[in-house]
Parts: sequence; C-alpha cells; structure tokens
Amino acid sequence: MKPARFVIRLNSFWGTYLAGLLSFDVEYRRESFFLTSQQVFCFRVCNSERSVMSFSPDKFGNTDEVGATTETYEKFTTHVGYHRQLRRRYLTLLGVSLLLCASFVFDVSNGPGNFPLSVVFETLLNPQAHGIKLEVIIWDYRLPIAITAVLVGAILALAGAQMQTVLNNPLAEPFTLGVSSAASFGAALAIVVGWSIVPNLGPLLVTFNAFVFALMTCVFILVATRIKGVGTETMILFGIAIFFAFNAALAMMQYMASEDELARIVFWMMGSLSRASWEKISLGAILLSLALPYSFYRTWQLTALRMGDDTAISLGIDVARLRVEMLIVISLLAATAVAFVGTVGFVGLVGPHIARLIVGEDQRFFIPLSALVGALTLSLTSIISKMITPGIIYPIGIITALIGVPVFISLILSTRKERLS
Amino acid sequence: MTLEISGLCSGYGRKQILKNVSIAKVSGGEFVGLIGPNASGKSTLFKSIAGAVTPTDGAITLDGRDLRRASRGQRSKVVAYMPQSYGCNAVLTVFECVLLALKQMTGWRVKQDDLQRVSSVLHALGLSHLSDRGISKLSGGQAQMVSVAQTLVREPRLVLLDEPTSALDLHHQLSILSTIRSFMRNKNMIVIAALHDLNLAAQFCDRLVLIREGEVLADGRPEQVLELKEIDETYRVMTNLEKTSRDTLYVDARLSA
Repeated sequence: MKPARFVIRLNSFWGTYLAGLLSFDVEYRRESFFLTSQQVFCFRVCNSERSVMSFSPDKFGNTDEVGATTETYEKFTTHVGYHRQLRRRYLTLLGVSLLLCASFVFDVSNGPGNFPLSVVFETLLNPQAHGIKLEVIIWDYRLPIAITAVLVGAILALAGAQMQTVLNNPLAEPFTLGVSSAASFGAALAIVVGWSIVPNLGPLLVTFNAFVFALMTCVFILVATRIKGVGTETMILFGIAIFFAFNAALAMMQYMASEDELARIVFWMMGSLSRASWEKISLGAILLSLALPYSFYRTWQLTALRMGDDTAISLGIDVARLRVEMLIVISLLAATAVAFVGTVGFVGLVGPHIARLIVGEDQRFFIPLSALVGALTLSLTSIISKMITPGIIYPIGIITALIGVPVFISLILSTRKERLS
Repeated sequence: MTLEISGLCSGYGRKQILKNVSIAKVSGGEFVGLIGPNASGKSTLFKSIAGAVTPTDGAITLDGRDLRRASRGQRSKVVAYMPQSYGCNAVLTVFECVLLALKQMTGWRVKQDDLQRVSSVLHALGLSHLSDRGISKLSGGQAQMVSVAQTLVREPRLVLLDEPTSALDLHHQLSILSTIRSFMRNKNMIVIAALHDLNLAAQFCDRLVLIREGEVLADGRPEQVLELKEIDETYRVMTNLEKTSRDTLYVDARLSA
C-alpha cells in the first residue's frame, strides 16, 4: 500500500457519512486532513489497532481539500503495522499461557484413579479433605509430575532457544549437542559401576552423576568456542562428535551391565516424569527464575546477534562475552533438565521452532513463547502418556517424538510460506 | 566536530595490515571516500576505528578525545559502522531489524519516539513499503539498504560505510548516496565510505583518500586525487579524467597494455 501522493477529497456523500459515523479525527503532528471513504476505511483498519489518530469533519457534507503527503501516510502506517504485529504477539503469548493452564489442570485431574474433578480441586485446596489416600495421590504423585512436566519443558525449550540463537544454528538443542547422551553415560556409570565424582550420595547418585556429565559437556562446548578460529558452525560438529563418543561409551556400559542394571539404564534413558520430587521442582524453579530475567535483560543484544556477528559487533556488542555468558546459563539449564527427567529429545528443538514460526525472532517474544510452547508440549505429553493405556504411564521420551514429529512437520509445511507475510 | 587519524597501525594477530595510516582533520558534514583496490586495508581501517579490531599503534581522535580509550558502549554511540556482509537468515521484519539497531543505544523499553525514528529513516531511504517484510526474503540490494538504515537510525557522529552500494542498481546507488549526503549534512555528521566506483566517488565525495597495501597514497579533493598517476598504478589501469557537460568528473578507464 504505497500511494504516490494523494490529495484527499471529502466531497462524496458516503465518504462524509462514513467519516461522520466513525467520527474520525485526523491529527498527527499537528497536521489535519480529511480522507475519502476509501482512505477512511483504510485508516480505520489501521486505526483499529491503536488510536494514533482520529478525525472528525467539521462541516458535514462540505468539501475540504487537504493534501496529505505520502510521507505523513507512511510515517504512521509503518508504526501501525508494527503495533498490529505486537498486539498479535501479546495475544499469542496470552493464548498459549491459557492453554498451558488448561493442560496443567487436566494433567493433575487425570490419572489411573479416575477421581471426579471436584474431588481433585478440593484436595488441592485442602489436602486432608478426602483422606490420606487422595492426599498422597494428588500431592505426592500427580502434582509433582504435572509441575515437573511444565518446568522441564520450559527449561529444555529455553535452553534450546538460546543455543540456537547463540550458536546461530537451528539444529542446536541439548540433545543434538550431546548433552543428553553425556548425561545418560553419567547415569549408566552410576548404575553399573556405582562410581561418582562426589561419593556417598545415596539415592541421588544417578541424578547427580548425570548432571555432572551434562555440565562437563556444556563446559567443553563453552571452552571450544573460546578457541581461536572455531566458528559457531564447528560447534555443532563438536556436539555431534560428543554425541557419538558418549553413545559408544554408553554402549560399553550396557555391554558390561547385568540384566537388572541394563533395565535400569534403558529406563533412565527413556526419560520419565515419575522421578519428580518437590526438591527437584524447587531447584528447577529457582534456576528458571534466574535464567529468564537474565535472558530478558539481554534480549536486544541477542536479537542483534541474529543479524550476524559482523553486524552485532558493529552495533557495539561484545559478541564473545555475550556468547560465553549465555552458554553458562544454557549449560546449567540443560544439565539440570536432563538430569531430572533423562533423555527427552525434541522439546528443546520443537519449542523454539514453533515459537519462531509464530512470533519471529524478536527475543522479547521468542524467549517466553519458546518456554511456554516447551512447557505445553511436555504437559500435553504427560497427559497422553497416561491416556494411551489406562493404568499405565508410558515414558515421556517415547511419546514426545512419536506424537510431536508429525505435528511439527505439518506445522512447518503449513506456515513456512506465510510466516512473515 | 573533527576526526583525525594519526600513525594508525593495525592487523590480525601477527599479520599487519595497516601501516602508519594518517588522515588529516576531517570536519563535520564532510563526505570522505575511501578508494583502493581489493584487500588494500579499507575494511581493516573501518574496523579499527569502530573498535572491532584493536589497533597496535596510533591515535584516532574524535572531537579531541581518543576513541581508543573510549569504552565499547561509548564508542558505539558516536561511531556507526556498516559492515560489508549484510543479510541474514533471521526471522525478523525490516522494521524490527532497524529497531534493534536503535535499541542497542537506548533503554530496554520501546518508546513511541523510537518507532518514529525508525519510520522516518525507513521513509528517507524509500524502504517503508518493505517494513513488514522478512529480512531473509529481501534481495541483496534491499538487504544492503536495510543495513544502511541500521547505521543511519542511530544518528551517530561518525558513519563508516563499507561498500554501501556494492549490490545496488544504478538508481539506488545514486539515491542512497544522495540520501546519505543530505542526511549527514543535516546532522553535521562525518561519513567515510569505501567505494569501488570512482565515478560515484567523484560525484558524491568532498574528499578522497587513496589507500594501497595499508598505506595512504593520496588524500585530497576528488579532482586532485583522481588525476594522480598513483590511481593508474594502484588499480593497474590507464585512466583519463574528463569533465562532462554537466560539470561532473568522469574517470575513463581501460586496461593497461
């Protein structure tokens, strides 16, 4: 929509009528002018987003001619387009948040017990309302699982989103960079050999070992980025190398393991929410509440990073430092999430990708939406894992990929063309 | 406002690119063309001024203050550098790309004033109709114009443009350079642009600096510099400087035998 130079006439009856009906008042930078019905309509459309202007004809039906230059026209249409986009993005964030709430409630209220919704709610408000059995089921079992699903989904997707931004690669996520396989190896080492870096951890041994190995991998990637001449493209190759190395080591562990140990390793690797506990939840929540504000603080720099290193540097950003800082945050996030639930691939990849398709890469929206979509994905997975066979909860690691992939592919194919129309 | 560069040495690691580069006082509103063959050190000079490369020796003085002592943040407020590479695969609109350049200098929140600045720069460069278009969907020339917009929107005191017209058609070469020129004259900025087209350089620049292998060979008004035999030697061509009927300079060049 780019009119050459338009002189606006307000001499048609319908134009005036419509203008009067909508009582427009064009005032922009102290310039007043009137519009034809067509332009009134066009401005009306723009105006509906935000009242950057309004307009009222002083004399009903009279001809008034005021020249409005293309300049004035463009000056607001460009903003208005942006405002419209912002509003759509805020609505998207709100919509996904509501969906997440609904999914969370459904997740808590659903399960092998088949309790009515009212009973579940009453137990949530007052734990002793329906006896000790329900209290245990809701408070010690369903609620931690539902919260862990949301929390871990958000953490994984946030880590994936930041990795993709910082390493400038749409394939980066905790899984593809070898963090998950390192964690699996750490867990297997604890299960088979019973060896840990910190001795005497008791039941936390497996989780802690997984965390340490995941963190070590992240630190390795971090250190590798500091080596001169290693570009961000090389990082993915490093990640793939790590992935294969740890997979081989893991296979070795599996080969050495007894039948019982092998079963435990395989179960750990499948990724399961049933390891949820309130301690893990509080740890994850603290981490997320530190990582999110920090990411927000850096949003404009991260957005600029997407323009390429040269441009980011020319805008005065210390790219190397930003990258290291973000990778430290990502390392902690990824290692924690993987240690908590085991290998859950795909969420770290799909969350950011869906967010990117919907709101683009303005990090003010991209970061929260990635986290929300990740949380929603894992929350829905948690529901589905209970519903496939009543009474059995399938490991989420299996479900995420199985159901997520077709949805993801169809989404890419359907929105690819018009994502930035 | 003045810029002065004296005895600047710079390079990457052990490889020295710039050898004792000095550019005498440039004052506000002056459009300086940096000419020289490929790999002569033009980009390195820009990066050294902008702070992307740390010079080993010399001084860059802007308004009596040594830029080398300024912090990264301070420097980026006064110097805007448009790199040679442009375009990217980010999912951002043109409007957002220009806005993010501006937001590196102002606070976190987007204010109405920020939006107005972005809109007016987009309008000045004739990019308004592209404002909602994705940056990755643009042609090379359009992406380059966006890159220019990112530089100008910050209203710096010193603008460094690394080959701002390399991907543009004839109309846009002329329109971009004249827009930049009127913009800088309005705001009393200094512009240094690396240009390969000597005719464009002659038409738009107030002053030309010829650089070869990291050394300044000539520095002066276009009609003086373009007449020198160093031009022929540097570019390994034979040139003839003519004056057209419209009183503009024309460099007639052909390969030397």
